[in-house]
Amino acid sequence: MSEFEPKIVAFVCNWCTYAGADLTGTSRIKYATNVRIVRFPCTGRIDYMLLLKAFGEGADGIIVSGCHPNDCHYTSGNFHARRRWMVFRGLMDFLGVDIRRIQFSWVSAAEGARWADIVNKTVTTVRELGPYNDYKKVANYLQNEVTHG
Amino acid sequence: MDELRNRAKELLESNTVQLIIGFEQGNGNKTRAVFIEKPENTSKLIFDSRCVQNLAVYLTKNEVKRKGKPAIVAPVPVLRSIIQLAAENQLTYASLVILGITPESKLVEFSTLEDIETYLDNFTLELEAKEKEILEKIDKMSPEERWKFWINELSPCFKCYACRAACPLCYCTRCTVDDNQPQWIPVPSHELGNLEWHIMRAMHLAGRCTDCGACADACPIAIPLNLLTKKMREDMKGQFGEVKASLKGGNMMSTFKPDDKENFIL
Repeated sequence: MSEFEPKIVAFVCNWCTYAGADLTGTSRIKYATNVRIVRFPCTGRIDYMLLLKAFGEGADGIIVSGCHPNDCHYTSGNFHARRRWMVFRGLMDFLGVDIRRIQFSWVSAAEGARWADIVNKTVTTVRELGPYNDYKKVANYLQNEVTHG
Repeated sequence: MDELRNRAKELLESNTVQLIIGFEQGNGNKTRAVFIEKPENTSKLIFDSRCVQNLAVYLTKNEVKRKGKPAIVAPVPVLRSIIQLAAENQLTYASLVILGITPESKLVEFSTLEDIETYLDNFTLELEAKEKEILEKIDKMSPEERWKFWINELSPCFKCYACRAACPLCYCTRCTVDDNQPQWIPVPSHELGNLEWHIMRAMHLAGRCTDCGACADACPIAIPLNLLTKKMREDMKGQFGEVKASLKGGNMMSTFKPDDKENFIL
């Protein structure tokens, strides 16, 4: 079997990280191709349910990224998001979800190299952790064991 | 108890309120919520240690609102819920009469919502020793053990949503789980849907939950689901300061401080 290639979903904000990732491309910086980027208007719009859905659909790792504090296009979206992530992360840990697979970061529109770095790091971490079988087992209820009662 | 009945009767006779929400004797040794509209029925009212349901849940229901202005029998947990509902603009002092009940079962009335807030400062929300022990036990487990523990605890859930119905703060007229385009939470009683439902419920109550325990009491299969909200409150206490219902402060999750400390964001 060939080496395990993790599926990473990145939830990024339109104004900073998406532009940053664009800069990575235009600067011709090479980085891991495992990442699928989903663009949001603001980090404040990134619902924790979407993170759960990504895991449910077979993602092995998740990156959530937006503007640095004080740089939000909408002034305070990232501050609200930060509080939510703090609480969400605590809850996930308490439930036993592997929080090493969720990477939060701030990447500005000027930090193309930093984006490449974060993706590479996350891919390496998740590759070492292996596929997220615990969650996949739970999520595969349609394939495996539908309980009809 | 006579004090409570007389006051309730007086309120109905003077037409100050049109409805009394309180407790009556139920089947067996149980009590149940009662809605009294006639002064002569106020003799049904009781209050004792068996009355643990959180009556504040009825304040936001349209069926109840339609009856007119209510008076509500309110022990400490209900007072907390009332303050939280007021903070979320769901009620005002003028929209109801609050028949407060002290832990000694004495009737106490307040002239403003701020008075209730001051009164509630006497009763801080602390974890009981037993709850602390359980939380610490879960904290000590490895992530894999925790995952197994919760999947196992949540697996009998068949999403009857009794926890949602019993919670005074789950008052949305249209809940995410009632929508099916998209279907956010899978309907079958299966681990994935159960997990997602309980995460969603806990997250929606983050910083709002007043820890009345009505959800866990209502659960027909006794899932300790208020452990999640308790744990979140403890977490938030450490990170953002004390979590309590407050009229002016705003909810923990709808406010922020630019210097919130975080250590996990690259």
